[in-house]
Amino acid sequence: MAYKNFTVDVDGDGIALVTWNMPDRSMNVFSADVMTELSKIVDEVTADAKVKGVVVTSGKDTFSGGADLTMLETMGDTFKKLIKDKGEEEANKFLFEQSSAMSRTYRKLEKSGKPWVAAVNGTAMGGAFELALACHHRVVSDNPKLRLGLPEVKVGLFPGAGGTQRVPRIVPTQDALQMLFRGEALKADKALKMKLVDQIVPQDKLVETAKAWIKNGGKGVQPWDVDGFKLPGGPVFSKGGMMVFPPANAIYRRETYDNYPAAKAILQCVYDGLQLPMDLALKVESRWFANILKSKEAAAMIRSLFISMQELNKGARRPEGVAPSNIKKVAVLGAGFMGAGVAYVTADAGIEVILVDRDQAAADKGKAHVESVIDGRIKKGRATAADKEKLLARVKATANYDDIKDVDLVVEAVFEDRKVKAEVIAKVDAVIRPDAIFGSNTSTLPITSLAEMSKDRKRFVGIHFFSPVEKMMLVEIIKGKETGDKAVAVALDYVRAIKKTPIVVEDSRGFYTSRVVGTYIREGHMMLTEGVPAAMVENVGRMAGMPVGPLSLNDEVAVDLAWKILKATKADLGEVAIDPKQEALLEEMVEKRQRFGRKNAKGFYDYPEKGPKKLWPGIHEIVGEPRPAETYNVEELKQRFLVIQALETARCVEEGVITDVREGDVGSILGFGFAPFTGGTLSYIDFMGVKNFVALCEKLAGKQGPRFAPNALLKEMAAKGETFYGRFAPKKTEKAAA
Amino acid sequence: MTEAFVYDAVRTPRGRGKKDGSLHEVSTLSLAATALRAIKERNNLDTHLVDDVVMGCVDPVGEAGSDVARAAALNADYGNHVPGVQINRFCASGLDAVNFAAAQVMSGQHDMAIGGGVEAMSRVGMGASGGAWPVDPQIAVKSYFMPQGVSADLIATKYGFSRDDVDQYSVESQQRAAQSWKEGRFKKSIVPVKDVNGITILDHDEHMRPTTDMQSLGQLKPSFPQMGEMGGFAAVAIQAYPEIEAINCVHHAGNSSGIVDGAAAVLIGNAEAGKKAGLKPRARIRAFANIGSEPAIMLTGPVDVTEKLLKKAKMSINDIDLFELNEAFASVVLRYMQAFNIPRDKINVCGGAIAMGHPLGATGAMVFGTVLDELERTGKSTALVTLCIGAGMGTATIIERV
Repeated sequence: MAYKNFTVDVDGDGIALVTWNMPDRSMNVFSADVMTELSKIVDEVTADAKVKGVVVTSGKDTFSGGADLTMLETMGDTFKKLIKDKGEEEANKFLFEQSSAMSRTYRKLEKSGKPWVAAVNGTAMGGAFELALACHHRVVSDNPKLRLGLPEVKVGLFPGAGGTQRVPRIVPTQDALQMLFRGEALKADKALKMKLVDQIVPQDKLVETAKAWIKNGGKGVQPWDVDGFKLPGGPVFSKGGMMVFPPANAIYRRETYDNYPAAKAILQCVYDGLQLPMDLALKVESRWFANILKSKEAAAMIRSLFISMQELNKGARRPEGVAPSNIKKVAVLGAGFMGAGVAYVTADAGIEVILVDRDQAAADKGKAHVESVIDGRIKKGRATAADKEKLLARVKATANYDDIKDVDLVVEAVFEDRKVKAEVIAKVDAVIRPDAIFGSNTSTLPITSLAEMSKDRKRFVGIHFFSPVEKMMLVEIIKGKETGDKAVAVALDYVRAIKKTPIVVEDSRGFYTSRVVGTYIREGHMMLTEGVPAAMVENVGRMAGMPVGPLSLNDEVAVDLAWKILKATKADLGEVAIDPKQEALLEEMVEKRQRFGRKNAKGFYDYPEKGPKKLWPGIHEIVGEPRPAETYNVEELKQRFLVIQALETARCVEEGVITDVREGDVGSILGFGFAPFTGGTLSYIDFMGVKNFVALCEKLAGKQGPRFAPNALLKEMAAKGETFYGRFAPKKTEKAAA
Repeated sequence: MTEAFVYDAVRTPRGRGKKDGSLHEVSTLSLAATALRAIKERNNLDTHLVDDVVMGCVDPVGEAGSDVARAAALNADYGNHVPGVQINRFCASGLDAVNFAAAQVMSGQHDMAIGGGVEAMSRVGMGASGGAWPVDPQIAVKSYFMPQGVSADLIATKYGFSRDDVDQYSVESQQRAAQSWKEGRFKKSIVPVKDVNGITILDHDEHMRPTTDMQSLGQLKPSFPQMGEMGGFAAVAIQAYPEIEAINCVHHAGNSSGIVDGAAAVLIGNAEAGKKAGLKPRARIRAFANIGSEPAIMLTGPVDVTEKLLKKAKMSINDIDLFELNEAFASVVLRYMQAFNIPRDKINVCGGAIAMGHPLGATGAMVFGTVLDELERTGKSTALVTLCIGAGMGTATIIERV
């Protein structure tokens, strides 16, 4: 039989070679088509008496990236329609049938009686790795780029095609849980050590070795289908099991604050499944998979963290009609922590960097930081000495502005002071090419006002990095009033080159990310002044889904900076723009007590030389004794933290600071860690329902004051029954795959 | 409603719950039968009067499995007609068994019943019966499961008890237990455990360390930080009580209840059955109650159940002469005293499980007998017995001498 996505060739020994090679894709993914064909192939080779065994491989560089996540979106839409048309139980049955199809095909393959061998030639992720796990033997290529993994949990899903059952039947329960939880991609040698694969061989021996295993009598029976099979980690209810599950449950909560149902479903599937025979275990896994597919967390995370992020990475916001830029040389001005980080990521992308500071010593210090970053990577085995040599050769540290005369792009990361910036802009303008783009990494000064210092405002753009630059994946590109398309395009091309995710926002006080995260910090301050115990403010912030508490965050970005921003806001916009309680708190902290944050080891926390930081007990001298914790509703405190940020984002949309909802969401997660399970600030509103969100804002405004008052846009959307993704539907580009 | 009277209460001594403990050679069945036999023999009881034997046991598996109460009644020669039932409400099982027996009598359905409990911890092992609560993610996560030691440290942190506070309490517990033994306060209830030849195997509580002082306790390292940190349970505690920045780990082996083996039994009956048996009632069961409390902090149930019980019995905390609260962990008792403002000389006056040990399923019935003896010894009238319970529960009983 002929297939669209596969070829099946039976050799003289009766071994069928199934090669997966999708005609219209650069990478194999599981689409509805592929699944149907694979199921037919299993039936065909099982029925064909000539076939003694099967080897499955891929015709691409990689084996497969896994499931086509847009297919899951389609399934979700059909499900919603069915609920309306046929009721909930029928819809659930449909979803269960659909979402368990892959698992059933794999089980059919595994129980076909004929040996199946996976010949994994390249990276196999998600459902593709699960296919390999269902095979009776796994041979992988020594291709150094090859990775194997089950990353589903990262987008709010879990391995639902047998992954949660086969992995803990191969590796001890604790290791299995860890692998499933982390969703990490394994190198072949680690997978071999864990026994997740059986052999590593050179690429050109791959199929041959796979076939040899069959010829040498490899059996088509999995160990777990043989009577007397023993779990590698022992039974759930055993001494070993008792050492694993109670702590695993606790660690799940510690790591997720119980905000990630997919991670909990992994635990549940392993717990339930290991007490059942394989067929039933897979059925239970499928039940949970269907359940998680319906979750708003999965829908939100797939959309923002997978589909939208990929679209933004591929240049969804690049202005049309601007030729691709060829960025070969970048000047980084200011060799401090931030500038050096920018120099590192730029050089790491193969771009030549001129790192400039006011004197040679300062510039050299920045280059030394670049060196320490690559040293750290070498230590972790992620880079080699040769990489380091090449990287450092690309970075020139200098105090001489003449050295930057031929750069394509300037990234300015000097001290946040108008005078300093003006000097630097003038010096740069005096030497650079007329077509070079000037990017400022300011986080507090409006781009439009800085552009006024420049010779050519069209070529002036904000390129806002996050610290530490090596780790933070977002770059916020800010358009000043007169910033031209070319500048935006070059900035986007640059961000793409350094493999980060860009968002493009309009100029505004704090742009988008700083402005929104500032409301999180402020809410923490407000709670403190209300009498919420400081530890509760911090813990509830994390429980809401934020990566750190608001007071910790304020200590990191500096309390005096928050005070400076508040003063500037008051000066520019007047009393109404600030909160007097927050003003009093910050003034006391900064002016009277010199508590600036981590930088002087005194902030909302104390930072002893030894041991972990501790909340500063003196805070209650400023804000008064805390009231009993029982006074507060934890759920409402959590809501306040998320609602205030979502509301500020909605204001950014109304004001045109955010023009693409995907950027609002992705920017909030990558920029300041906004509760990823919500899909971002705007998805948080959409999934709650704009009407409900507006009602919640009004309730909170009644208790907390006008900072929670919903804006006109939200009220209008609520009245019309709209959503952000409906009203501001982003223009769709090509399909994405995982 | 029929009144339920207490006619007798016995207990075995408590053997160290390890392989070198004196009772390690004695099976669950033998321990339970020892207590039942004592009830029968010292009261010259016609067991035809006994309608049921209710026994608590927390890990009813292996030799303790399959309804050990029935096996023990048979083995103690109560006769074929005496049934038995084993119940489990974790640490309060023994008291609940007494309450269940009393309830049978109060309801008028039974005339006489025995409530008691048994736990051979050295033989069966704590946690041997498994169970969904700590293991099954759907309930463990939802109910903030953590080991009891972490909950005890959480109580100390939330309610402000320092390491010195809990150690001080524990030193006193040891001193009280030692003094009570010296003065023979337990004589009335203790039934020595003997071998087949009548040779005594153990006739005293062997877990006690009467010389314990602040200095010796001060040398002990806290037991639960590792569980808290490595096991992730400290984070669970903080998510349940987010006002807490860090758990203050104060509990260790010296201020927590000891692991021991033992059994106890209490004879309950209505007035008429007592008369038929020729027995004089020692006390009346005035009221009892059960409650579920917040499961994360888990061990504050005694406070909740006491409030419920006093309200039900239309009594006030001042009507109680003596309190007996199982010393699962020192912070549990300190929190209880703090909540009701109970002076130290009214609670656990003979020492408790920190000194003498906590044979899980038996303890409730044991301390029931202890406080009854003490009421009689001091001429006082009313006592309240209560225990904290796994998964957040509380059981309490008020007795009154007659």
